[in-house]
Amino acid sequence: MSARLLAFLLLLPVQAVAQGFAGLGTTADGFTNPVRGTALEFPADHGAHPSYRIEWWYLTANMTGPDNITYGLQWTLFRSALAPEDGQGWDTPQLWMGHAAITTPDAHYVAERLARGGVGQAGVEVSPFRAWIDDWIMQGPNLDQLKVTASGTDFAFDMGLRAQGPLVLHGQGGYSVKSAAGQASYYYSQPFFDLSGTLTLPEGDVAVTGQAWLDREWSSQPLAEDQQGWDWFSLSFDSGDKLMGFVLRGSSNFTAGTWITATGQTTALPDGAFTAAPLGWHGVAGRDVPIIWQVTLPERNLDVVVSAMNPDAWMTTSVPYWEGPVTVTGSHSGIGYLEMTGYEND
Amino acid sequence: MTAAILSALLGHWRRNPLQLLTLMVGLALATALWSGVQAINEQARSSYDAAAATIGEASYSQITAQDGGPIPQQTYIALRRAGWAVSPVVEGRLDTIRIVGLEPLTAPRDLGPVRLGNGVDLGDFLSGAGQIFARPDTLARLPQTGAALQPTPDVAPNTALTDIGVAQLLLERFDQIDRLIVLPDQPITQQPLAQIAPELIQTDPQQGGEVAQLTESFHLNLTAFGLLSFAVGLFIVHGAIGLAFEQRRPMVRTLRALGAPLVRLIALMAVELAALALIAGALGVALGYLIAAALLPDVAATLRGLYGADLSGELSLRPSWWLSGLAIALGGTAVAAFGALWSLARMPLLSGAQPRAWVMARQGSGMAFAAIMLLGLAAALGIWGTGIVAGFVMLGALLIGGALVLPPFLSLLLRLAEGQARAPITQWFWADTRQQLPGLSLALMALLLAMSANVGVSTMVSSFRLTFVGFLDQRLASELYVSAESAAQADAILAVAEDKADVVLPLLWVDRLVAGQPAQIYAARDHATYRENWKFLHAVPDAWDRLARGDGVLINEQLYRRTELDLGSEITIIPGRTLPVLGVYGDYGNPIGQVIVTEPLFSEAYPEVRALRFGLRVGPDKVAPLRDALRTDAGLGDAAITDQSTIKAMSLAVFERTFTVTAALNALTLAVAGFAILMSLLTLAAMRLPQLAPVWALGLTRRKLALLDLLRAVVLAALTATLALPLGLALSWALLAVVNVEAFGWKLPMYLFPLDYLRLGGLTLVAAALAALWPAWKLARTPPTQLLGVFRNER
Repeated sequence: MSARLLAFLLLLPVQAVAQGFAGLGTTADGFTNPVRGTALEFPADHGAHPSYRIEWWYLTANMTGPDNITYGLQWTLFRSALAPEDGQGWDTPQLWMGHAAITTPDAHYVAERLARGGVGQAGVEVSPFRAWIDDWIMQGPNLDQLKVTASGTDFAFDMGLRAQGPLVLHGQGGYSVKSAAGQASYYYSQPFFDLSGTLTLPEGDVAVTGQAWLDREWSSQPLAEDQQGWDWFSLSFDSGDKLMGFVLRGSSNFTAGTWITATGQTTALPDGAFTAAPLGWHGVAGRDVPIIWQVTLPERNLDVVVSAMNPDAWMTTSVPYWEGPVTVTGSHSGIGYLEMTGYEND
Repeated sequence: MTAAILSALLGHWRRNPLQLLTLMVGLALATALWSGVQAINEQARSSYDAAAATIGEASYSQITAQDGGPIPQQTYIALRRAGWAVSPVVEGRLDTIRIVGLEPLTAPRDLGPVRLGNGVDLGDFLSGAGQIFARPDTLARLPQTGAALQPTPDVAPNTALTDIGVAQLLLERFDQIDRLIVLPDQPITQQPLAQIAPELIQTDPQQGGEVAQLTESFHLNLTAFGLLSFAVGLFIVHGAIGLAFEQRRPMVRTLRALGAPLVRLIALMAVELAALALIAGALGVALGYLIAAALLPDVAATLRGLYGADLSGELSLRPSWWLSGLAIALGGTAVAAFGALWSLARMPLLSGAQPRAWVMARQGSGMAFAAIMLLGLAAALGIWGTGIVAGFVMLGALLIGGALVLPPFLSLLLRLAEGQARAPITQWFWADTRQQLPGLSLALMALLLAMSANVGVSTMVSSFRLTFVGFLDQRLASELYVSAESAAQADAILAVAEDKADVVLPLLWVDRLVAGQPAQIYAARDHATYRENWKFLHAVPDAWDRLARGDGVLINEQLYRRTELDLGSEITIIPGRTLPVLGVYGDYGNPIGQVIVTEPLFSEAYPEVRALRFGLRVGPDKVAPLRDALRTDAGLGDAAITDQSTIKAMSLAVFERTFTVTAALNALTLAVAGFAILMSLLTLAAMRLPQLAPVWALGLTRRKLALLDLLRAVVLAALTATLALPLGLALSWALLAVVNVEAFGWKLPMYLFPLDYLRLGGLTLVAAALAALWPAWKLARTPPTQLLGVFRNER
C-alpha cells in the first residue's frame, strides 16, 4: 500500500505541506532504508523493526450487523522511532501510537493511545503473535488467527479474525516504491480475513460479521519532499478479486497498486496504471475532502465509482485524517476502505 | 458656591499642614502594612497554585498506594493494560529541589505549565539525557545532571520538571512511581481498581493540597498581623480626621450661615476625604510593595525551612493589590470619618461649635461595656473554642477588648492618683492628665496594641527557641551523623565504626500513612542514647522497656494531636499487627507524624529497607580521628559526614529565620504607634494652650510646663505598659497553646522572660518620651505673647 503512511507524528506538528505529511518527507539520519531485492521473512517480519523510523500494523474491516446495517472498523498500531535503536525502560526512542475507530452510517467513533516502548505499555511480539498498546490487543497463535480488541470513551470492540488466503507482497516482493525519486517501503498485507465479533456502541452491543484487511508497512523515509499526502484504496470485489491502489499527491502525482486475485495471485501496478479522480467533495472538520471517486484500472477493464459510506469518517487524532468504509459500484461492485491524508484546512 | 466651599475646606489643610501630614502618613502606613502582608500572602498562594498545577493535584484524581509508599512501575503497566487511562508521576528532592518526573505521552494535555507540543519538542524532552524545565534560579542550584537545562518562568518555584525516566535516574528510584494521575476520560471497558491493584486508592482532586493546608496557618498569622497593623493605622487616621473636623466646626458653621447647603458641604467634605484617601492609599500600596519585597526572601526561607513549601522569592506587582489597597484605604477612611460627618450633619446651625466638646464626648460607659464583652468572649473561646479560626477570633477579641478597656482603666488609675495627691501642682498634674486622656487615648491604644503584640511575640519566639534548643540537645545526641550512597558504602562505614566508634545507631525509616496522616515510621535501636535523652510528653510506665520488647510504639505529638490516638490506643503500623501507643514525644518543627518502633520489629516488617544513615557515638576527643577514618577508609565525602554542632547550627538558623518576618512587622507596628503618639501630642498642643495659659500665668515656667508634659507622656506610657504586659502574656498564651497547636500540631511550653519585658517596657517609655520631646520643646519655646493671647482671644 502505500499509503498508510500515516503518520506519526507526535512530534511533528502537521506542517505537512512544507515537509511532506506529518514530517514523513524529512531525511532519516542513521535509520535503515529499504533495499530492493530483500526477501521478507516470516514470522520474523510480523514483528517490529526498530532500526526503521516508522512502522504500522493496520487493520480495517467492513462488517454487517443483524439488520443488514453496514459498519466499518479500524485498529492501528503505529511505531515511530526518535532514533534507530531499541533502548531499555523509559530511555527508549521507540514511541507507539494506537488509533481505533468504528464507523456506522451516521456516526464515527475514534480513540487514540500513546505509549513509550521499553516499559511494557506497548509493543509487538512475534510468536505467539501479540501487538498491543495499553488494553488494545491484536493477538493469536500466528497471524492467521487473531483476536482484536480496543476501547474508547464511547465505544469498544472485540473481534475474532481468521485468514482465508495467503499473505500478499506488494511492489517487488514487498519492496514498494513511493515516488519517482525512489523512496520506498516494505509493504505486505493479509487481505483475506473473515471476521466476526461484537461492537459495543452507545446504543448497545451489535453482533457483526464481515471481512478484514491487515496492512504491514515499515520504512524510514517513505515520502518525497514535495508529496503532501495520499489517497489510498483497498477494495474487495464481489468476484473475490481485490485491488490496492494509492495516489501520492505532489508536484506530479505518483500512483501504484496491486491487483490481487481471489486466490492471492498478485500483479504489481506501475505508476499511472491505477487512476483515481475526485467526483464529489464533502466539508468535514473545516476542510473539503473528496468522498466520491472515479477509480479506473484500464488493464483490468475496471471503471468504478467509490463512495464513502459515511462522509464524516474523520479521525480526530493527534494527526487528523479521513479513514472510513466505502462501497463500490460500476464495472465491478464491492466494498472497501479509503484513507485520505494531507487535506489542509481552508 | 462649590468652588468657594472647596477653597474654604482646603484652606484648613493649608493652615494645618501637620494635620494633613498625620492623616496622609497614618493612612499610607496602615495601607502599606496591610497591602504588604496581602502581597506576600498572594504571592505565596499563587506559588502553591503553580506547584499544584505542575503535578495535577488540583485538577485530576490521583491514585496512590494506601500505605503511602511507592508504587511499582509494573502496577502502572498493569493498570494501563486493564484499560485505565492513568499517567505516572515520580517525585523527590535533589539537593532540596523538588524534582517532578512526568510521562508526557500519557499525561493530560493541559498538565503542568510546560505544555508539550507547544513550543516544546517532545523528541528533545524524551531523547538522550533529556531536558529539565525550571525557573532560572532553580536551575542554577541544580547539580550537574547532563540533562539540557530549559529556563522557564512557568514552573513552580524550587521545582524542576523533567521526563519520568530522567527523574527516576536522578532520584535513584528505578521502576518506582509515587502516584498516578487519572485522566478525566476513561474507556468504557475497564477492570475495577480493586481487582488489579487492591493496595492502591483513588482520591479526588485536592483543593489546595497538603502543603497549602500547612502553610495556610502561617498566612493566617501574617494576615492577622496585617490587620492589626491596619487597625493601629486606623487609630491614627481616626484621630486625625476627628481632629480636623472638630477644628473645622466653626468654619462649617460660618459657611452654613453664609448659605452653603448642608448636603453639598457634607458631600464635598466626603469627596475631599476620598481624594486624600486615594492619594494616601496609592502611596501605601507602593510602600507595601517595598515592605513585601524586603520581607519576601525571609518568608520564602521560612516556609521552605519549616514546611518544605516552595515559594518564589520574586515579587510581581498585581493590579489586584492596587485595587484592594485603595479599597481598604477608602474603607478605613470612611469608617474613621463617618462619626465626624454624622455629628457635623446633626450640628445645630447656631451651636457654639466648641472643639473641646469632641474630646469630652468620647468618654462613656459604652466602651467599657464593649471591652468587658470582648474580653469575656476571648476567655470563653480560650476555654471552649476549637479550630484555628476560633484561635484567631480569640486573639482579635483579646486585642480589641484590651484596647477598649485602656481608657477607663487609665482614667481609674489617674483618679486614684489624684485622690492621693496633696500638693497643688501634683493635683493639677493628675487632673490635667486625666483631662487630656480622651485626646490621647487613641494613640495610647495603638501603643498598647503594639507593646502587647511585642510582648506576645517575643514570649512566643523565646519560648520556642528555648524549647527547640533543648529538643535539639535531646535529639542530636550522637556526635557524628553519616550518610552512605550505597549498601556497599554502608558496610564500609559499619566496618570503620566497629573499630573507631563507641556505638552505631542506624537510622531506618519508611514513609507511610498512619491513621490517615502522612507519617514516617522510624526504627529505634534499644540504647541508652535514646533512653537518656528523649523526654516524653506523656508515657506509660517503663515505656522504653516495653518498646524494646516490641510491645508497642511511640508517636510524636503531631500524630497525637491530629488523630484520636492516645496512650494505649491500638495502631496498625505493620500489616496484620496492631500495637499500643506507649508514649508521646515532642517533635518540634516536623510537619508530619512520626512513629517509632523497635529495630527488630521494623526489620521484620520492612526487610527491604537498609540503613544508609547512621548516628555514631564517640568520645569528644575521638571525633576527629573517626571522621578521618570515615573519609579515608569508607570513602565518605565531607558532605556525607555531619557533626552534631553543624546540624544544630543549621536547624537553629532555620528557626531564627522563621520569626524574622514577625519581628519585622512588630517593629513597624511599634514605630507606627510611636508616630501616633507624636501626632496626637502635636495636635493637642495647640488646643491645650487655653488650659496651660492660666497655669503659666500663676507662675509655672514654660520650661517647667514642658517638663511636666514630658513626664506626663512617660507616666501615661508606663500606665499603658502595666496593662500591655498582662495583655501581651494572654496573647502569647493564645499563640502558644491555642494557635500553635491548631496551626502546627504541637504545643509549646510557655516560659516567662521578665528581663525582656522590662526592656520592652523601657523601650515603650523611651518611645513615648521621644514622641513627647518635640511637642514639649515647642511648648517651652511658646512665645509668652501667644500664652497671653489666650486671655484676649477666647472663642
